[in-house]
Amino acid sequence: MKSKGPNQLRSIFAHIVLIILSFMCLFFFYILFVNATRSHADLQKGFSALPGSYFLENLKNVANDGTFPMFRGILNSLVVSGCSAAICTYFSALTAYGLYAYNFKCKKVAFTFIMAILVMPTQVTAMGFLRLVTNMGMYDSLLPLIIPSIASPSVFYFMYSYLQSSLPLSLVEAARIDGSGEFKTFNRIVLPIMKPAVAVQAIFTFVGSWNNYFVPALVIQSKDKMTVPILIATLRGADYMNFDMGKIYMMILVAIVPIILVYLLLSKYIIAGVTLGGVKE
Amino acid sequence: MKTKHKKIDYAKWGYLFILPFFVSFFIFSFIPLVDTVRYSFFEYYRSGIKEVGPNFIGLANYISLLGSDLLKYAGNTMILWIIGFIPQIVIALLLAEWFVDARLKIHGTQFFKVVIYLPNLIMASAFAMLFFTMFSTNGPINSILMSMGWIQQPVDFLGSVFGTRSLVGLMNFLMWFGNSTIMLMAAIMGISPDIFEASELDGCNSIQRFFYITLPQIRPILAYTLITSIIGGLQMFDVPQILTNGQGTPDRTSMTLIMFLNSHLKSKNYGMAGALSVYLFIVSGILCFVVYRMTNNDDPDGSKAAAKKAKKQRRA
Repeated sequence: MKSKGPNQLRSIFAHIVLIILSFMCLFFFYILFVNATRSHADLQKGFSALPGSYFLENLKNVANDGTFPMFRGILNSLVVSGCSAAICTYFSALTAYGLYAYNFKCKKVAFTFIMAILVMPTQVTAMGFLRLVTNMGMYDSLLPLIIPSIASPSVFYFMYSYLQSSLPLSLVEAARIDGSGEFKTFNRIVLPIMKPAVAVQAIFTFVGSWNNYFVPALVIQSKDKMTVPILIATLRGADYMNFDMGKIYMMILVAIVPIILVYLLLSKYIIAGVTLGGVKE
Repeated sequence: MKTKHKKIDYAKWGYLFILPFFVSFFIFSFIPLVDTVRYSFFEYYRSGIKEVGPNFIGLANYISLLGSDLLKYAGNTMILWIIGFIPQIVIALLLAEWFVDARLKIHGTQFFKVVIYLPNLIMASAFAMLFFTMFSTNGPINSILMSMGWIQQPVDFLGSVFGTRSLVGLMNFLMWFGNSTIMLMAAIMGISPDIFEASELDGCNSIQRFFYITLPQIRPILAYTLITSIIGGLQMFDVPQILTNGQGTPDRTSMTLIMFLNSHLKSKNYGMAGALSVYLFIVSGILCFVVYRMTNNDDPDGSKAAAKKAKKQRRA
Protein backbone atom coordinates (compact mmCIF):
# COMPACT_ATOMS: atom_id res chain seq x y z
CA MET A 1 0.00 0.00 0.00
CA LYS A 2 1.42 3.31 -1.07
CA SER A 3 -0.63 5.47 1.30
CA LYS A 4 0.20 3.55 4.44
CA GLY A 5 3.08 5.78 5.57
CA PRO A 6 1.33 9.16 5.71
CA ASN A 7 -1.79 7.60 7.22
CA GLN A 8 0.20 6.07 10.02
CA LEU A 9 1.84 9.40 10.76
CA ARG A 10 -1.53 11.15 10.68
CA SER A 11 -2.94 8.48 12.97
CA ILE A 12 -0.20 9.03 15.54
CA PHE A 13 -0.65 12.79 15.32
CA ALA A 14 -4.43 12.40 15.75
CA HIS A 15 -3.98 10.26 18.82
CA ILE A 16 -1.57 12.75 20.39
CA VAL A 17 -3.99 15.65 19.83
CA LEU A 18 -6.87 13.60 21.22
CA ILE A 19 -4.92 12.67 24.31
CA ILE A 20 -3.92 16.30 24.91
CA LEU A 21 -7.53 17.45 24.56
CA SER A 22 -8.82 14.69 26.83
CA PHE A 23 -6.14 15.62 29.32
CA MET A 24 -7.34 19.24 29.21
CA CYS A 25 -10.91 18.13 29.82
CA LEU A 26 -10.10 15.83 32.72
CA PHE A 27 -7.20 17.72 34.31
CA PHE A 28 -9.40 20.34 35.98
CA PHE A 29 -11.73 17.74 37.39
CA TYR A 30 -8.79 15.80 38.69
CA ILE A 31 -7.44 18.86 40.50
CA LEU A 32 -10.92 19.50 41.86
CA PHE A 33 -11.17 15.96 43.16
CA VAL A 34 -7.69 15.94 44.69
CA ASN A 35 -8.16 19.30 46.37
CA ALA A 36 -11.54 18.29 47.73
CA THR A 37 -9.81 15.48 49.62
CA ARG A 38 -7.21 17.72 51.28
CA SER A 39 -7.37 19.90 54.36
CA HIS A 40 -7.07 23.68 54.33
CA ALA A 41 -3.59 23.52 55.86
CA ASP A 42 -2.39 21.05 53.19
CA LEU A 43 -3.83 23.21 50.43
CA GLN A 44 -1.90 26.25 51.64
CA LYS A 45 1.38 24.34 51.30
CA GLY A 46 0.97 23.94 47.57
CA PHE A 47 -0.37 21.51 45.05
CA SER A 48 0.04 17.77 45.32
CA ALA A 49 -0.96 15.28 42.66
CA LEU A 50 -2.08 12.67 45.17
CA PRO A 51 -5.39 12.78 47.03
CA GLY A 52 -5.38 13.45 50.75
CA SER A 53 -7.45 11.88 53.49
CA TYR A 54 -9.80 14.74 54.36
CA PHE A 55 -12.59 13.76 51.97
CA LEU A 56 -15.14 12.82 54.63
CA GLU A 57 -14.09 15.68 56.86
CA ASN A 58 -14.67 18.22 54.07
CA LEU A 59 -17.94 16.58 53.15
CA LYS A 60 -19.10 16.83 56.76
CA ASN A 61 -18.09 20.50 56.87
CA VAL A 62 -20.10 21.21 53.72
CA ALA A 63 -23.12 19.34 55.06
CA ASN A 64 -23.07 21.25 58.36
CA ASP A 65 -22.52 24.71 56.90
CA GLY A 66 -25.56 26.83 57.66
CA THR A 67 -24.55 29.83 55.51
CA PHE A 68 -24.27 27.73 52.35
CA PRO A 69 -26.93 25.00 52.65
CA MET A 70 -25.46 22.93 49.85
CA PHE A 71 -27.50 19.78 50.38
CA ARG A 72 -30.71 21.77 50.73
CA GLY A 73 -29.68 23.41 47.44
CA ILE A 74 -29.15 20.04 45.79
CA LEU A 75 -32.60 18.97 46.97
CA ASN A 76 -34.16 22.16 45.55
CA SER A 77 -32.28 21.67 42.29
CA LEU A 78 -33.44 18.05 42.11
CA VAL A 79 -37.07 19.11 42.59
CA VAL A 80 -36.88 21.89 40.01
CA SER A 81 -34.95 19.85 37.42
CA GLY A 82 -37.00 16.69 37.93
CA CYS A 83 -40.34 18.47 37.64
CA SER A 84 -39.15 20.55 34.68
CA ALA A 85 -37.93 17.46 32.85
CA ALA A 86 -41.20 15.64 33.48
CA ILE A 87 -43.64 18.36 32.44
CA CYS A 88 -41.43 19.64 29.65
CA THR A 89 -41.16 16.28 27.91
CA TYR A 90 -44.81 15.36 28.51
CA PHE A 91 -46.27 18.58 27.17
CA SER A 92 -43.77 18.82 24.32
CA ALA A 93 -44.73 15.31 23.25
CA LEU A 94 -48.41 16.24 23.56
CA THR A 95 -47.93 19.38 21.47
CA ALA A 96 -45.92 17.50 18.87
CA TYR A 97 -48.58 14.80 18.66
CA GLY A 98 -51.34 17.40 18.39
CA LEU A 99 -49.62 19.07 15.47
CA TYR A 100 -48.55 15.82 13.84
CA ALA A 101 -51.66 13.66 14.03
CA TYR A 102 -54.51 16.14 13.59
CA ASN A 103 -55.59 18.45 10.84
CA PHE A 104 -56.98 21.78 11.80
CA LYS A 105 -57.08 25.29 10.47
CA CYS A 106 -54.30 26.86 12.49
CA LYS A 107 -51.97 23.87 12.25
CA LYS A 108 -49.57 25.48 9.81
CA VAL A 109 -49.57 28.81 11.64
CA ALA A 110 -48.94 27.12 14.99
CA PHE A 111 -46.06 25.07 13.60
CA THR A 112 -44.46 28.03 11.85
CA PHE A 113 -44.78 30.07 15.02
CA ILE A 114 -43.01 27.49 17.17
CA MET A 115 -40.24 27.13 14.59
CA ALA A 116 -39.80 30.90 14.51
CA ILE A 117 -39.16 31.08 18.26
CA LEU A 118 -37.01 27.93 18.25
CA VAL A 119 -33.79 29.57 19.40
CA MET A 120 -35.16 32.72 21.03
CA PRO A 121 -33.10 33.53 24.14
CA THR A 122 -35.18 33.63 27.33
CA GLN A 123 -33.10 36.52 28.64
CA VAL A 124 -34.79 39.10 26.42
CA THR A 125 -38.08 38.68 28.27
CA ALA A 126 -36.46 38.36 31.70
CA MET A 127 -37.49 41.82 32.82
CA GLY A 128 -41.18 41.30 32.06
CA PHE A 129 -40.97 37.78 33.45
CA LEU A 130 -39.62 39.06 36.74
CA ARG A 131 -42.44 41.62 37.00
CA LEU A 132 -45.06 39.05 36.05
CA VAL A 133 -43.81 36.57 38.62
CA THR A 134 -43.82 39.28 41.29
CA ASN A 135 -47.37 40.33 40.39
CA MET A 136 -48.58 36.75 40.44
CA GLY A 137 -47.16 36.34 43.96
CA MET A 138 -44.72 33.67 42.81
CA TYR A 139 -41.58 35.68 43.58
CA ASP A 140 -39.14 33.68 45.68
CA SER A 141 -40.78 30.34 44.96
CA LEU A 142 -39.70 27.37 42.86
CA LEU A 143 -42.85 27.33 40.71
CA PRO A 144 -41.77 29.99 38.15
CA LEU A 145 -38.67 27.89 37.51
CA ILE A 146 -40.79 24.85 36.66
CA ILE A 147 -44.04 25.86 34.96
CA PRO A 148 -42.63 27.83 31.98
CA SER A 149 -40.84 24.70 30.77
CA ILE A 150 -44.19 23.49 29.39
CA ALA A 151 -43.41 25.64 26.35
CA SER A 152 -40.01 24.47 25.09
CA PRO A 153 -39.79 24.93 21.33
CA SER A 154 -36.59 22.96 20.85
CA VAL A 155 -37.90 19.93 22.75
CA PHE A 156 -41.09 20.16 20.73
CA TYR A 157 -39.10 20.17 17.51
CA PHE A 158 -37.17 17.08 18.60
CA MET A 159 -40.39 15.24 19.48
CA TYR A 160 -41.99 16.28 16.22
CA SER A 161 -39.06 14.97 14.18
CA TYR A 162 -39.22 11.74 16.13
CA LEU A 163 -42.94 11.31 15.52
CA GLN A 164 -42.44 11.90 11.82
CA SER A 165 -39.96 9.08 11.64
CA SER A 166 -41.59 6.55 13.95
CA LEU A 167 -45.35 6.95 14.32
CA PRO A 168 -47.46 5.69 11.41
CA LEU A 169 -50.85 7.42 11.46
CA SER A 170 -52.49 4.08 10.69
CA LEU A 171 -51.69 3.07 14.25
CA VAL A 172 -53.74 5.98 15.54
CA GLU A 173 -56.57 4.99 13.17
CA ALA A 174 -56.44 1.43 14.45
CA ALA A 175 -56.69 2.64 18.03
CA ARG A 176 -59.72 4.72 17.08
CA ILE A 177 -61.44 1.75 15.49
CA ASP A 178 -60.81 -0.20 18.67
CA GLY A 179 -62.67 2.52 20.53
CA SER A 180 -59.78 4.18 22.27
CA GLY A 181 -60.36 7.82 23.23
CA GLU A 182 -57.98 10.41 21.77
CA PHE A 183 -56.34 11.27 25.08
CA LYS A 184 -56.03 7.62 26.02
CA THR A 185 -54.46 6.87 22.63
CA PHE A 186 -51.79 9.44 23.35
CA ASN A 187 -51.03 8.19 26.85
CA ARG A 188 -51.23 4.47 26.17
CA ILE A 189 -49.98 4.11 22.60
CA VAL A 190 -48.12 7.19 21.40
CA LEU A 191 -46.17 7.97 24.57
CA PRO A 192 -44.69 4.44 24.88
CA ILE A 193 -43.59 4.65 21.24
CA MET A 194 -41.90 7.96 21.97
CA LYS A 195 -40.06 6.60 25.01
CA PRO A 196 -36.55 6.90 23.50
CA ALA A 197 -37.14 10.52 22.48
CA VAL A 198 -38.70 11.34 25.83
CA ALA A 199 -35.74 9.79 27.67
CA VAL A 200 -33.14 11.75 25.70
CA GLN A 201 -34.98 15.04 26.06
CA ALA A 202 -35.69 14.40 29.75
CA ILE A 203 -31.93 14.10 30.33
CA PHE A 204 -31.16 17.29 28.43
CA THR A 205 -33.94 19.26 30.09
CA PHE A 206 -32.84 17.99 33.48
CA VAL A 207 -29.23 18.99 32.89
CA GLY A 208 -30.22 22.37 31.43
CA SER A 209 -32.44 23.12 34.38
CA TRP A 210 -29.84 21.88 36.87
CA ASN A 211 -27.24 24.22 35.42
CA ASN A 212 -29.56 27.20 34.88
CA TYR A 213 -28.40 30.29 36.69
CA PHE A 214 -29.78 33.46 35.12
CA VAL A 215 -33.53 33.16 35.82
CA PRO A 216 -33.31 31.42 39.25
CA ALA A 217 -30.87 34.10 40.43
CA LEU A 218 -33.47 36.76 39.60
CA VAL A 219 -36.44 34.95 41.13
CA ILE A 220 -35.09 33.27 44.26
CA GLN A 221 -34.31 35.35 47.32
CA SER A 222 -34.36 33.24 50.48
CA LYS A 223 -31.57 30.88 51.38
CA ASP A 224 -33.64 27.73 51.86
CA LYS A 225 -35.03 27.97 48.31
CA MET A 226 -31.75 28.57 46.49
CA THR A 227 -30.70 26.14 43.81
CA VAL A 228 -27.10 24.97 43.43
CA PRO A 229 -25.89 27.55 40.86
CA ILE A 230 -27.13 30.44 43.03
CA LEU A 231 -25.29 29.00 46.04
CA ILE A 232 -22.12 28.79 43.97
CA ALA A 233 -22.58 32.42 42.95
CA THR A 234 -23.12 33.47 46.58
CA LEU A 235 -19.97 31.59 47.46
CA ARG A 236 -18.11 33.59 44.82
CA GLY A 237 -19.55 36.83 46.14
CA ALA A 238 -18.63 36.09 49.76
CA ASP A 239 -15.36 37.13 51.33
CA TYR A 240 -13.94 33.85 50.36
CA MET A 241 -10.27 34.19 51.15
CA ASN A 242 -11.03 33.52 54.82
CA PHE A 243 -12.78 30.26 54.05
CA ASP A 244 -11.62 26.71 54.43
CA MET A 245 -10.41 26.01 50.88
CA GLY A 246 -10.97 22.27 51.21
CA LYS A 247 -14.61 23.01 51.88
CA ILE A 248 -14.88 25.27 48.84
CA TYR A 249 -13.51 22.57 46.55
CA MET A 250 -15.89 20.10 48.13
CA MET A 251 -18.84 22.42 47.48
CA ILE A 252 -17.93 22.68 43.81
CA LEU A 253 -17.50 18.92 43.71
CA VAL A 254 -20.94 18.15 45.15
CA ALA A 255 -22.47 20.68 42.72
CA ILE A 256 -21.20 18.85 39.65
CA VAL A 257 -20.99 15.23 40.79
CA PRO A 258 -24.69 14.36 40.32
CA ILE A 259 -24.53 15.35 36.65
CA ILE A 260 -21.24 13.52 36.10
CA LEU A 261 -22.77 10.35 37.57
CA VAL A 262 -25.84 10.63 35.34
CA TYR A 263 -23.57 11.27 32.39
CA LEU A 264 -21.30 8.29 33.03
CA LEU A 265 -24.32 5.99 33.29
CA LEU A 266 -26.11 7.33 30.22
CA SER A 267 -23.27 8.72 28.07
CA LYS A 268 -24.14 6.46 25.14
CA TYR A 269 -27.67 7.79 24.86
CA ILE A 270 -26.67 11.37 25.59
CA ILE A 271 -24.06 11.47 22.84
CA ALA A 272 -26.43 9.81 20.38
CA GLY A 273 -29.07 12.35 21.40
CA VAL A 274 -26.94 15.42 20.68
CA THR A 275 -27.27 15.12 16.94
CA LEU A 276 -30.87 13.98 16.74
CA GLY A 277 -33.28 16.78 16.07
CA GLY A 278 -30.47 19.10 15.07
CA VAL A 279 -30.63 20.08 11.46
CA LYS A 280 -32.85 18.20 9.07
CA GLU A 281 -30.70 16.24 6.69
CA MET B 1 -53.90 14.04 3.59
CA LYS B 2 -55.03 10.75 4.97
CA THR B 3 -57.62 12.00 7.43
CA LYS B 4 -59.41 14.33 5.01
CA HIS B 5 -62.47 12.24 4.26
CA LYS B 6 -63.28 11.48 7.85
CA LYS B 7 -66.78 11.83 9.24
CA ILE B 8 -65.89 12.59 12.85
CA ASP B 9 -64.08 15.85 13.30
CA TYR B 10 -60.93 15.41 15.34
CA ALA B 11 -59.74 18.99 14.94
CA LYS B 12 -60.80 19.98 18.43
CA TRP B 13 -58.40 17.39 19.86
CA GLY B 14 -55.57 18.94 17.94
CA TYR B 15 -56.38 22.34 19.46
CA LEU B 16 -56.75 20.81 22.90
CA PHE B 17 -53.38 19.06 22.72
CA ILE B 18 -51.43 22.12 21.67
CA LEU B 19 -53.29 24.37 24.12
CA PRO B 20 -50.98 23.94 27.17
CA PHE B 21 -47.93 24.91 25.13
CA PHE B 22 -49.49 28.08 23.80
CA VAL B 23 -51.11 29.09 27.09
CA SER B 24 -47.79 28.65 28.87
CA PHE B 25 -45.96 30.52 26.12
CA PHE B 26 -48.52 33.33 26.17
CA ILE B 27 -48.32 33.80 29.94
CA PHE B 28 -44.62 33.29 30.56
CA SER B 29 -43.07 34.63 27.37
CA PHE B 30 -45.50 36.80 25.44
CA ILE B 31 -46.89 38.92 28.29
CA PRO B 32 -43.36 39.48 29.67
CA LEU B 33 -42.19 40.48 26.20
CA VAL B 34 -44.97 43.05 25.79
CA ASP B 35 -44.32 44.33 29.30
CA THR B 36 -40.60 44.61 28.57
CA VAL B 37 -41.19 46.56 25.37
CA ARG B 38 -43.74 48.83 27.10
CA TYR B 39 -41.45 49.76 29.98
CA SER B 40 -38.57 50.43 27.65
CA PHE B 41 -40.33 53.72 26.83
CA PHE B 42 -40.70 54.70 30.48
CA GLU B 43 -38.48 56.28 33.05
CA TYR B 44 -38.84 53.70 35.79
CA TYR B 45 -36.17 52.96 38.34
CA ARG B 46 -35.52 52.76 42.02
CA SER B 47 -32.99 54.91 43.81
CA GLY B 48 -32.66 53.88 47.40
CA ILE B 49 -36.18 53.18 48.63
CA LYS B 50 -37.74 55.82 46.38
CA GLU B 51 -39.37 54.60 43.19
CA VAL B 52 -39.14 56.96 40.23
CA GLY B 53 -41.75 56.70 37.50
CA PRO B 54 -43.12 55.15 35.51
CA ASN B 55 -43.10 58.29 33.36
CA PHE B 56 -43.33 58.08 29.59
CA ILE B 57 -40.13 59.40 28.05
CA GLY B 58 -40.26 57.98 24.53
CA LEU B 59 -36.98 56.79 23.15
CA ALA B 60 -34.80 58.43 25.80
CA ASN B 61 -33.78 55.08 27.32
CA TYR B 62 -32.63 53.80 23.95
CA ILE B 63 -30.62 56.94 23.28
CA SER B 64 -28.98 57.05 26.69
CA LEU B 65 -28.10 53.36 26.38
CA LEU B 66 -26.27 54.09 23.13
CA GLY B 67 -24.46 56.90 24.92
CA SER B 68 -23.46 54.59 27.78
CA ASP B 69 -21.12 51.64 27.59
CA LEU B 70 -23.51 49.46 25.59
CA LEU B 71 -21.25 49.30 22.55
CA LYS B 72 -18.24 48.52 24.69
CA TYR B 73 -20.10 45.60 26.27
CA ALA B 74 -21.27 44.41 22.86
CA GLY B 75 -17.63 44.50 21.78
CA ASN B 76 -16.57 42.55 24.88
CA THR B 77 -19.23 39.92 24.23
CA MET B 78 -18.04 39.55 20.66
CA ILE B 79 -14.36 39.30 21.62
CA LEU B 80 -15.08 36.70 24.31
CA TRP B 81 -17.20 34.72 21.87
CA ILE B 82 -14.54 34.80 19.12
CA ILE B 83 -11.72 33.73 21.48
CA GLY B 84 -13.75 30.63 22.31
CA PHE B 85 -15.34 29.97 18.94
CA ILE B 86 -12.36 29.97 16.58
CA PRO B 87 -10.36 27.21 18.33
CA GLN B 88 -13.64 25.41 18.97
CA ILE B 89 -14.66 25.15 15.33
CA VAL B 90 -11.13 24.40 14.07
CA ILE B 91 -10.58 21.60 16.60
CA ALA B 92 -14.10 20.28 16.12
CA LEU B 93 -13.64 20.05 12.34
CA LEU B 94 -10.31 18.31 12.75
CA LEU B 95 -11.61 15.81 15.31
CA ALA B 96 -14.79 15.11 13.37
CA GLU B 97 -12.75 14.41 10.24
CA TRP B 98 -10.43 12.07 12.18
CA PHE B 99 -13.20 10.19 13.94
CA VAL B 100 -14.92 9.48 10.65
CA ASP B 101 -11.78 8.53 8.75
CA ALA B 102 -11.57 4.74 9.06
CA ARG B 103 -8.01 4.66 7.72
CA LEU B 104 -6.69 6.45 10.80
CA LYS B 105 -7.91 3.60 13.04
CA ILE B 106 -8.53 5.83 16.05
CA HIS B 107 -8.55 3.68 19.17
CA GLY B 108 -11.12 4.25 21.88
CA THR B 109 -13.35 6.56 19.83
CA GLN B 110 -16.20 6.13 22.29
CA PHE B 111 -13.95 6.99 25.23
CA PHE B 112 -12.70 10.18 23.58
CA LYS B 113 -16.22 11.20 22.63
CA VAL B 114 -17.43 10.71 26.20
CA VAL B 115 -14.52 12.72 27.58
CA ILE B 116 -14.69 15.67 25.18
CA TYR B 117 -18.45 16.00 25.61
CA LEU B 118 -18.23 15.93 29.43
CA PRO B 119 -17.49 19.66 30.02
CA ASN B 120 -20.62 20.59 28.06
CA LEU B 121 -22.85 19.18 30.81
CA ILE B 122 -20.98 20.68 33.74
CA MET B 123 -22.71 23.52 35.50
CA ALA B 124 -21.15 26.63 33.97
CA SER B 125 -21.27 28.52 37.23
CA ALA B 126 -19.51 25.74 39.15
CA PHE B 127 -16.96 25.42 36.34
CA ALA B 128 -16.29 29.16 36.50
CA MET B 129 -15.97 29.01 40.28
CA LEU B 130 -13.50 26.14 39.87
CA PHE B 131 -11.44 28.17 37.40
CA PHE B 132 -11.54 31.15 39.70
CA THR B 133 -10.09 29.19 42.62
CA MET B 134 -7.59 27.33 40.45
CA PHE B 135 -6.24 30.40 38.68
CA SER B 136 -6.17 32.66 41.74
CA THR B 137 -2.73 33.88 42.80
CA ASN B 138 -2.35 31.18 45.46
CA GLY B 139 -4.28 28.53 43.56
CA PRO B 140 -3.04 25.18 42.27
CA ILE B 141 -2.17 26.37 38.74
CA ASN B 142 0.25 28.98 40.01
CA SER B 143 1.66 26.50 42.49
CA ILE B 144 2.21 23.91 39.73
CA LEU B 145 3.86 26.46 37.43
CA MET B 146 6.11 27.64 40.22
CA SER B 147 7.18 24.18 41.35
CA MET B 148 8.07 23.42 37.73
CA GLY B 149 10.24 26.50 37.75
CA TRP B 150 8.45 28.12 34.80
CA ILE B 151 7.59 31.25 36.73
CA GLN B 152 9.16 32.96 39.72
CA GLN B 153 6.23 35.06 40.91
CA PRO B 154 2.60 33.92 40.95
CA VAL B 155 0.75 35.17 37.85
CA ASP B 156 -2.38 37.22 38.54
CA PHE B 157 -4.43 35.71 35.72
CA LEU B 158 -7.65 37.47 36.71
CA GLY B 159 -5.92 40.81 37.19
CA SER B 160 -5.12 41.31 33.52
CA VAL B 161 -7.46 41.90 30.61
CA PHE B 162 -5.70 39.30 28.52
CA GLY B 163 -5.75 36.70 31.30
CA THR B 164 -9.44 37.10 32.14
CA ARG B 165 -10.56 37.09 28.52
CA SER B 166 -8.39 34.08 27.72
CA LEU B 167 -9.82 32.17 30.67
CA VAL B 168 -13.40 32.90 29.58
CA GLY B 169 -12.47 31.88 26.04
CA LEU B 170 -10.76 28.71 27.26
CA MET B 171 -13.79 27.71 29.31
CA ASN B 172 -16.17 28.34 26.43
CA PHE B 173 -13.89 26.35 24.17
CA LEU B 174 -13.71 23.43 26.60
CA MET B 175 -17.44 23.46 27.14
CA TRP B 176 -18.45 23.53 23.48
CA PHE B 177 -15.85 21.85 21.27
CA GLY B 178 -17.12 18.37 22.12
CA ASN B 179 -20.65 19.31 21.21
CA SER B 180 -19.55 20.80 17.86
CA THR B 181 -17.39 17.76 17.15
CA ILE B 182 -20.33 15.42 17.56
CA MET B 183 -22.62 17.62 15.44
CA LEU B 184 -20.06 17.91 12.63
CA MET B 185 -19.27 14.20 12.83
CA ALA B 186 -22.89 13.38 12.15
CA ALA B 187 -22.80 15.79 9.23
CA ILE B 188 -19.67 14.20 7.74
CA MET B 189 -21.11 10.72 8.15
CA GLY B 190 -24.17 11.90 6.26
CA ILE B 191 -22.08 12.52 3.12
CA SER B 192 -22.54 9.77 0.56
CA PRO B 193 -19.56 7.38 0.69
CA ASP B 194 -19.65 7.24 -3.12
CA ILE B 195 -18.19 10.74 -3.29
CA PHE B 196 -15.26 9.76 -1.08
CA GLU B 197 -14.66 6.57 -3.05
CA ALA B 198 -14.68 8.45 -6.33
CA SER B 199 -12.25 11.02 -4.97
CA GLU B 200 -9.95 8.27 -3.78
CA LEU B 201 -9.91 6.69 -7.24
CA ASP B 202 -9.01 10.08 -8.66
CA GLY B 203 -5.99 10.19 -6.34
CA CYS B 204 -7.25 12.85 -3.96
CA ASN B 205 -5.16 13.15 -0.79
CA SER B 206 -6.64 13.73 2.66
CA ILE B 207 -6.04 17.48 2.72
CA GLN B 208 -7.62 17.96 -0.70
CA ARG B 209 -10.48 15.72 0.34
CA PHE B 210 -11.09 17.81 3.43
CA PHE B 211 -11.13 21.15 1.63
CA TYR B 212 -12.80 20.18 -1.64
CA ILE B 213 -15.30 17.55 -0.50
CA THR B 214 -15.96 17.49 3.24
CA LEU B 215 -16.13 21.24 3.84
CA PRO B 216 -18.46 22.12 0.94
CA GLN B 217 -20.68 19.12 1.74
CA ILE B 218 -21.22 20.02 5.39
CA ARG B 219 -21.67 23.75 4.75
CA PRO B 220 -25.32 23.79 5.88
CA ILE B 221 -24.53 22.26 9.27
CA LEU B 222 -21.44 24.41 9.60
CA ALA B 223 -23.59 27.48 9.04
CA TYR B 224 -26.14 26.21 11.53
CA THR B 225 -23.42 25.63 14.13
CA LEU B 226 -22.12 29.14 13.52
CA ILE B 227 -25.50 30.84 13.93
CA THR B 228 -26.53 28.87 17.02
CA SER B 229 -23.11 29.60 18.49
CA ILE B 230 -23.59 33.33 17.85
CA ILE B 231 -26.95 33.15 19.63
CA GLY B 232 -25.25 31.28 22.49
CA GLY B 233 -22.47 33.88 22.55
CA LEU B 234 -25.00 36.69 22.76
CA GLN B 235 -26.41 35.03 25.86
CA MET B 236 -22.99 34.58 27.47
CA PHE B 237 -23.49 35.15 31.16
CA ASP B 238 -22.72 32.43 33.69
CA VAL B 239 -18.99 32.08 33.05
CA PRO B 240 -17.89 35.75 33.11
CA GLN B 241 -20.46 36.60 35.79
CA ILE B 242 -19.11 34.07 38.28
CA LEU B 243 -15.48 34.43 37.25
CA THR B 244 -15.50 38.19 37.85
CA ASN B 245 -18.26 38.28 40.48
CA GLY B 246 -20.51 40.28 38.14
CA GLN B 247 -18.02 43.14 37.92
CA GLY B 248 -16.54 42.32 34.52
CA THR B 249 -13.10 43.05 35.98
CA PRO B 250 -10.58 44.35 35.14
CA ASP B 251 -12.18 47.69 34.29
CA ARG B 252 -15.35 46.08 32.87
CA THR B 253 -13.42 44.56 29.97
CA SER B 254 -15.14 41.19 30.43
CA MET B 255 -18.66 42.58 30.98
CA THR B 256 -21.09 40.99 28.56
CA LEU B 257 -24.47 42.30 27.40
CA ILE B 258 -26.46 39.90 29.57
CA MET B 259 -24.32 40.80 32.59
CA PHE B 260 -25.22 44.43 31.87
CA LEU B 261 -28.90 43.45 31.69
CA ASN B 262 -28.57 41.49 34.90
CA SER B 263 -27.08 44.45 36.76
CA HIS B 264 -29.97 46.68 35.60
CA LEU B 265 -32.47 44.05 36.72
CA LYS B 266 -30.80 43.63 40.08
CA SER B 267 -30.86 47.37 40.69
CA LYS B 268 -34.49 47.42 39.50
CA ASN B 269 -33.86 49.90 36.71
CA TYR B 270 -36.73 48.55 34.66
CA GLY B 271 -36.73 51.27 31.99
CA MET B 272 -33.11 50.72 31.00
CA ALA B 273 -33.40 46.96 31.32
CA GLY B 274 -36.41 47.10 28.98
CA ALA B 275 -34.60 49.12 26.34
CA LEU B 276 -31.56 46.84 26.51
CA SER B 277 -33.83 43.80 26.18
CA VAL B 278 -35.42 45.28 23.08
CA TYR B 279 -32.00 45.77 21.48
CA LEU B 280 -31.15 42.16 22.31
CA PHE B 281 -34.55 41.03 21.06
CA ILE B 282 -34.02 42.67 17.68
CA VAL B 283 -30.59 41.11 17.21
CA SER B 284 -31.68 37.64 18.32
CA GLY B 285 -34.88 37.98 16.25
CA ILE B 286 -32.76 38.41 13.13
CA LEU B 287 -30.63 35.41 14.09
CA CYS B 288 -33.78 33.37 14.83
CA PHE B 289 -35.05 34.17 11.38
CA VAL B 290 -31.81 32.90 9.86
CA VAL B 291 -32.12 29.64 11.84
CA TYR B 292 -35.77 29.36 10.81
CA ARG B 293 -34.81 29.66 7.16
CA MET B 294 -32.15 26.98 7.66
CA THR B 295 -34.35 24.43 9.39
CA ASN B 296 -37.32 24.94 7.06
CA ASN B 297 -35.66 25.31 3.74
CA ASP B 298 -34.08 22.83 1.40
CA ASP B 299 -31.65 25.52 0.35
CA PRO B 300 -30.33 26.36 3.78
CA ASP B 301 -27.28 28.46 3.06
CA GLY B 302 -28.44 29.97 -0.22
CA SER B 303 -25.94 27.95 -2.20
CA LYS B 304 -28.53 26.72 -4.69
CA ALA B 305 -29.89 30.21 -5.24
CA ALA B 306 -26.36 31.49 -5.77
CA ALA B 307 -25.62 28.71 -8.24
CA LYS B 308 -28.79 29.52 -10.16
CA LYS B 309 -27.90 33.19 -10.27
CA ALA B 310 -24.39 32.45 -11.49
CA LYS B 311 -25.81 30.22 -14.23
CA LYS B 312 -28.16 32.96 -15.36
CA GLN B 313 -25.35 35.46 -15.51
CA ARG B 314 -23.24 33.12 -17.58
CA ARG B 315 -26.05 32.69 -20.04
CA ALA B 316 -26.65 36.41 -20.38
